[in-house]
This record gives sequence, C-alpha cells and structure tokens, in this order.
Amino acid sequence: MRERINRRTLLAGSAGLLAAPWIARAQSNPLKIGIQSIFSGPIALLGTSSRGGIQPEIDRINAAGGLLGRQIQPVYRDSKGQPQEAARVARELVNTDGCEILLDAEASSGAFAVQEVVRDLGVLCVHSNSETSSLTADPKLRVATAFRSTRQGVHDAIVGGAHSAKVATEKKLSRWATCSPDYAFGRDTTAQFLEFLKHFKPDIEVVSQSWPKLGQPDFTEVITKILQAKPQALYSALYAGDLSAFINQGNVYALFGAMQVFVPAMGDLPVLTAIKNLPPGIQSAARYLPTFPDTPANAAWYAQYRKANGNDYPTNWSWESATAMRFIEAAVTKAGSTDGKKAAAALEGLTIDSPFSTTGKVTMRAEDHTLIDYAIGWGTTVPQPPFVTGIEPGDWGQIFELETEWKKKNGYI
Amino acid sequence: MDLEALLGCLTTSSCVVTQTVSGLIVGMLLFLVAAGLTLIFGVLKIVNFAHGTFYMLGAYLAYSVFAATGSYVLGVLAGGLGMAAFGVLFERFLIRRVYGANVLMQLLICYAVVLICDDLVKLIWGPDFRAMGMPPEFQVPPLFIAGGVVPPFYIVLIAVTLVIGGALGLGLGLTRVGKTIRAAAINPDMVSALGINTTLLYSMVFAVGGMLAGLAGGLAAPVRSLTPGMGFSILIESFIVTVIGGMGSIAGALIAAVVLGLIRSFGTIGFPLFTEGLMYIAMIIILVVKPSGLFGKEIV
Repeated sequence: MRERINRRTLLAGSAGLLAAPWIARAQSNPLKIGIQSIFSGPIALLGTSSRGGIQPEIDRINAAGGLLGRQIQPVYRDSKGQPQEAARVARELVNTDGCEILLDAEASSGAFAVQEVVRDLGVLCVHSNSETSSLTADPKLRVATAFRSTRQGVHDAIVGGAHSAKVATEKKLSRWATCSPDYAFGRDTTAQFLEFLKHFKPDIEVVSQSWPKLGQPDFTEVITKILQAKPQALYSALYAGDLSAFINQGNVYALFGAMQVFVPAMGDLPVLTAIKNLPPGIQSAARYLPTFPDTPANAAWYAQYRKANGNDYPTNWSWESATAMRFIEAAVTKAGSTDGKKAAAALEGLTIDSPFSTTGKVTMRAEDHTLIDYAIGWGTTVPQPPFVTGIEPGDWGQIFELETEWKKKNGYI
Repeated sequence: MDLEALLGCLTTSSCVVTQTVSGLIVGMLLFLVAAGLTLIFGVLKIVNFAHGTFYMLGAYLAYSVFAATGSYVLGVLAGGLGMAAFGVLFERFLIRRVYGANVLMQLLICYAVVLICDDLVKLIWGPDFRAMGMPPEFQVPPLFIAGGVVPPFYIVLIAVTLVIGGALGLGLGLTRVGKTIRAAAINPDMVSALGINTTLLYSMVFAVGGMLAGLAGGLAAPVRSLTPGMGFSILIESFIVTVIGGMGSIAGALIAAVVLGLIRSFGTIGFPLFTEGLMYIAMIIILVVKPSGLFGKEIV
C-alpha cells in the first residue's frame, strides 16, 4: 500500500516537472540549438568537456540579449556513441524538439551519421569533435550546410611528421618503432604519421610495430618487444587510460630513457594531470594547453572554463566545441537568420577572433567547410606544470601545400 | 607471423630473460584473479561473473588508500581485505539465494552487480581513468640479468603472488578448514550432515576469492589504468585460465595462468598480429584433448 502511494506521488511529481518547460516555452520564442554528444560510458568526457566549452558561450550570448534578440535554449542529447542513435537523435532534435541549428559534438563514428541527416534536413550544423579528415575533405561526403570547427587528422599528421623529422635529424634517429591501438583510428593515424615523417626524412626504417588491443590491461609484453627491437625512436597513437598504463608500465622498464618517444595524444590536461611520474622529454602535440598559444586571451578562457565547470580541466574537445558555438553566433548574426542556406553562406570563409590561434584569429575555410589557422604544434614534456614546454607552432603554409597534395592523391580534388 | 624473430629471441639470453619475466608478471596477476574464480566454482558450483568487479574495486580501494596514506602496502591490504568483506556480503545477501537455481538466474545477479558497481565507481571516482602512480620505493631503474631487462617492482610482485599462491595451496591442502572446504566441494550434504557449519564455510570461500581478486587489483594498480569496467577483460582471461587449468583446480589455474602469460610475451614476438588468438587456440586445444582441463576432474 505504502509503495503504491509513493509511486503515484512520484508519477505526479515527474509529470509536473515534464510539463514545466512546455509552459515556459509557450511564453517566449527561444532559439533552440540541438547539441548531441556522448554523455555516458567510458568516453563520457567527450560530452561533458564539450558541454563545458559550449555552455559558457551560450550564457554569455544570452546575458548580452541573445542571438537575433532571442534567448538560446540548448537541447543536450546523449547518443552513447552509436552511429544509428546519433542519426536518430539528430533527426529528433530538429523534427520533434524544434531545434533550428545543430551543434554536433559527436566523435567521428556519430558525426558521419549526423552528416547524412543534415544533408536531408538542410539545417546549419557545425561538427565540433570529429577530426577524421575525410568528413570535409571528401567531396562526396561534404554537405552544403555542414561545417567542422576542429583540428584535422591530416593537419596533425603533417605537423607531427615535420616536427618529428626535425627532431629525428637533430638526434640522428633512423630506427623507428610504433605502438598503436589495434583498430581503424590507431592504424590510420600511424600510417599517416609515417607517410609524412618519411616525406620529410626519407631514411627512416621501421623496425618494429605493435598493435595492442584497445583497453588492454597490461602492455608489458609489448613494451619488452619494443625494447628487444632496440629502436632509436617510438611513435604511439595510444591515448587516455591506455596511454597512462603504457607510460606507467614503460617507466618500470625505463623505456623512455632508452629511446625518443613521440606521442600526439599526450598534450591534453586530463591526461597530463592524471599520469603520475610523467617522464620528461616525450615529444607531444599540444591538443589543448593553457600555455599554447601563450596569450592573455587563452589564459583568460582557461580560467573562465575552470570557474564555470567546477574546477575541471578543459580538453581539446572543449576548445573545439566553444569554437563551434562562436562560429554559429557569428554566422547567424551576419546572416540575420537561422535559415540553413543563409547561415551557411555567411559562415563560408568567415574569420573570427579566437583564443585558440597563434594569430588570434581562426577561419572557416570556404571550399571545404573546415577550420584553419588554429593553434597546432609540438613540444616536450616536463613532469610539472605546464607539462609541455618549448612548443613549436606548425607552419600553416606548409600544411596547406601538403594537404593539397594529399587531397590530390586521394582523388578529393 | 615472424618465426625468424621468435627463433632469434629464443636463442638470445637477453630476450629469453626479458620475455620470461614479462610473461610471469602477466601470468601471476592473472593467477590471483583466476584462483578465486576457480575456488568459488569448485566449492559452490557458482560461475562468478562478478569476479572482475572484485578486481576493479580492489584496485580503486588501493588507489584511494594509497592516495590518503602514501603507503602501497596499506593500499594493497585495503584492496584485499575490503574485497574479502565485499565477497562475504555478496554471498550472504545475493548469491546465497540462488544456490542450485537456474544458472541464468545466477548470471543475471552477477551481471547486475557488475553494472551497479561500474556505475558506483563512476559516481565515486569519476568516469575518467585514474592512475595510482609508482610508489616512490619502487621508482628505481630496472636490473639487467643476463642482458635481459628485469624491473625490481615486478620481482617483488611475482614473489608476493607466489607467496599468496603457496599459502592458498598449503591452506587448502593441510589445514582443517582447507580440508573441510575440499570436502564440501566433493559432497556438501555429507559435510553438512557431519555438523559442520557450511553456511559459514561458503562465506569464507567468497571471502578468500574476493580477497585474492582484490589483492591482484591492488598489486597491479601502480602500473595499470583504473577505469570503470576494467574488470571485464581480466574476467575473460580468467575464464580462459580456468578452462585450461580445469574448473576448480588451484594448481591448474597457476600453470594455465603462467602458460598464458608466456604465450602472450613470446607470442607477441613470433605472431604479433595473432597474440590474442593464440590464447584462444590454446583453450580450444585443451577443450578438444582434455575437456575437463589440465587438472580438472572429469564431469560425470
């Protein structure tokens, strides 16, 4: 008996809660933006740290009177990282929830699915986390109203290759080993890295390649195999928990003193702060660091992010998602409309001020709807903050040149 | 396949030493988890699908105690004792209700505990991975024995697991409690008829099983990443160990775990793309040749 009353009370209560937003909505005309990402499961950090970048931007816009005079109302949805769910959520956000714009903070798996939904619906969409180059580079996949506000795999490979080749030449590193997770991402990024490394330094010999399973608890046999091969340099596309385990287990074998290690995924604060006993001298890309670019604007954004998010650290995904929101703001303001076609026309080639660029500005390249001029560079790890020092920015002239070649080779242009 | 590399490795002392130690460390930590699994199955005929969760919680407990006290020993003990207590509660309130029930019911309960504990870990420690870091006393350069690389930390780990395994074997073989447990495994009704408190005995089995997994989690915490759901992969490998060694056999688990460790460490050199597959092939061979496992009793 007691249970039944409780259940009823609960039902009544939740019905009231559900009804409340509808009442509020009826009273104004907010601008709804659909924001989907992975908010549960092992990579929930993707979603939470993206939201951490987006929400303060929305709060700032709303406090200043909104976008086109309308208050922005974000609608966050969890796709759990499944492509079919991502597609369904995207469609529902527009058709059922009445969202006029999509900010797609999905990982690549979901982003490709969302892309096809956007092709169908024709709304403005900015992908804020998918770094897989083909999403925007491949003309067959491109969509007129979809954009990407993130770093890109091929840009990273070019800068990583150029930087690593420079270090390899200085330190005379010709024997290389690789160790990357055994799935599409690990194999693709490793192949791409080696391709550009060899472009800059052709006399590279790859003496050992290891492909540990994603989430493998123990990397000991991989580490000892690498030691046996006696390489002078090691490249690894491992990331997050796997990278942390690899570093802790590598430390036990003094792996990092035996060879020069290159890890692109190292330069993100949640990784750097979680790994105890970070070995000095690892070469790493800067994914997001408050010291790169070393400008007051970046430092201010970092401080504001931590204040707004319970002292959490921003990730690479945070700046990418904040950038997506800023581009949406600028494009809609310029177009004076949220209409997909008009806003997309305004967004093409648009340049905005940004803390995440060494020049203080980033641009949405018109021809392939992707972000350029963002901060991209490699540095060297040190055990204490700022964790990565001596960061050398990549050369965007060189990036454009090699990216064009790469596109030609893949038949994209 | 790279048989040349494997042959080259087997003929150089440095490679043999390095890979053997690496295989032993992987194998011995696996043994601790699998030993508990096989003990619980041997006595209670329960396939404890939640055993990986014991390992995970043991690692997280050790992580927190190490962070609070700075003592690795206390951390490992907390992991072991904490999971012994957890094992008792788990048996007392959940598993005891499904002894002799449909195996699906047991599976359902274990799986529920796995999901609940994974979420609890997320609530308490957060969804991101945690790293304990190497205790300062073990931050020493590796030793070089016959040209091979041998980390002192791993020598300690192997020694500790050997001592635990030895104590377990002796305890089961020589003490009165151990003999009673083995008797209960063979004929629980008779043990109960002799006036022995089997309820208490079953709790003890879960306590020991939980403690072993918790110790493994605590011991491995300095070098492995702590993530919600980390128990899953170790559970799968533990099952392979129990299948190869024989369900219910501690000695079988020890040998099977070490064999698996060595398969991994030498397999990665000879068959870099098929290391995982080798473990399953070993399991299939055993299932075909001796379905009850190396040391398992024939199931009648």
